[in-house]
Amino acid sequence: MPVQATLIKAIQSSAERPQEIGSFKSTLSMHNLKLVRRCTNTLQINLGFLCNQTCRHCHLNAGPGRAENMDSDTLEEVVAYARRSHFETIDITGGAPELNPHLKHLIERVAPLTRRIMLRSNLSALKAKMNQLTKPLKSHRVKIVASFPSLNVTQTDSQRGDGIFEESIAMLQELNILGYGRHGTGLELDLVSNPTGAFLPPGQEQTEKRYRQVLENKWGVTFNHLFTFANVPIGRFRQWLIKTNNFETYMHKLISNFNPCAVEGLMCRTLVSVSWDGYLYDCDFNLARGLYLGGKKIHVSQMPGPPEPGTALTTADHCYTCTAGSGFT
Amino acid sequence: METYYKPEDLPKFEEIGKEAPELARKFFEYYNAVFADGELTEREKALIALAVAHAVQCPYCIDAYTQACLEKGSNLAEMTEAIHVVTAIRGGASLVHGVQMRNIADKLSM
Repeated sequence: MPVQATLIKAIQSSAERPQEIGSFKSTLSMHNLKLVRRCTNTLQINLGFLCNQTCRHCHLNAGPGRAENMDSDTLEEVVAYARRSHFETIDITGGAPELNPHLKHLIERVAPLTRRIMLRSNLSALKAKMNQLTKPLKSHRVKIVASFPSLNVTQTDSQRGDGIFEESIAMLQELNILGYGRHGTGLELDLVSNPTGAFLPPGQEQTEKRYRQVLENKWGVTFNHLFTFANVPIGRFRQWLIKTNNFETYMHKLISNFNPCAVEGLMCRTLVSVSWDGYLYDCDFNLARGLYLGGKKIHVSQMPGPPEPGTALTTADHCYTCTAGSGFT
Repeated sequence: METYYKPEDLPKFEEIGKEAPELARKFFEYYNAVFADGELTEREKALIALAVAHAVQCPYCIDAYTQACLEKGSNLAEMTEAIHVVTAIRGGASLVHGVQMRNIADKLSM
């Protein structure tokens, strides 16, 4: 760390410092960096924007009123793409993927095609669908990556809705009973913590240690890993930032924390994302912005295999989120 | 409204090193070392700093360490309790001097 006090850093980021946002691409150039694909080993499937929650930091504006949900025809085209592409990981997300009626079928269809399946869950939707999902999740050892922003009820409910903290704890306990997050079962349960406001997340290592201690002592909950991710200034979170006059300061915070070393490990370098209607993107954030894979609108049915290594990735200013501090992958 | 504390002054803190750069360098090196993870975590140190900031009533520090506490993973309940700790000490420090008052009064009184 340069000779610059924490106080100075904190003070600078706290001050109102409206500034023009330099493009992410120009920042990369300034550091002699190019953001290109490596070998793509992960297919992220976004099943739709339907969700039972209306989280204030959601980059997709997901919620109960959204009708976009992957249909069975598109799902079959996605499965066929997975079959011809041999991805190591299939990463299922939403909205709340549990609310897509084809989720169980999708898990069963992709299980023979990949080494690892992940399901990103808000916990409350999973709770409602456990009767149907317990068997496929356990038998295919689907890793559950659960949103759990804070150990504090007020912070959690302010981001995710009233009563969500308690529901989340109850669901984590239920998952532990099934063997998820318990040593030696092979059933992985990871947690994701996003800040509950216009500030960056804490360091992952210390936070994981504290979560492990508090969750076990207070509620008997265990888990495998915790990841801390910054909120991406798009979708509902962007609207909230603008409404609360936090947008410029937040962008400044992300930009001033740009870490060139984080570029090497960005998830978009090894991932391709497919939306509910079958179109391809470099990541879920580009999907939210409608920025297609490599800048071209390609349907999954037309894609011969994983995107070629060395191809350029589509970037925008929200990319500063994933390069802030130690980076988020 | 005119005020001694202007938010646009905050980033000027660095300028304090202009006239005495060596002292500033030493101070900021020490400062960074103090706030690094040690026997106490960065989060715990930020909570202490927030509490002390209220005791010394420094608006710059309150602003900076409110943000620092949130970014280190603390919540409003923890931050509020930290302020109560420093308030209790501050109040207690006044009250305990009542012993001196009593000693003097005892000596002077019949």
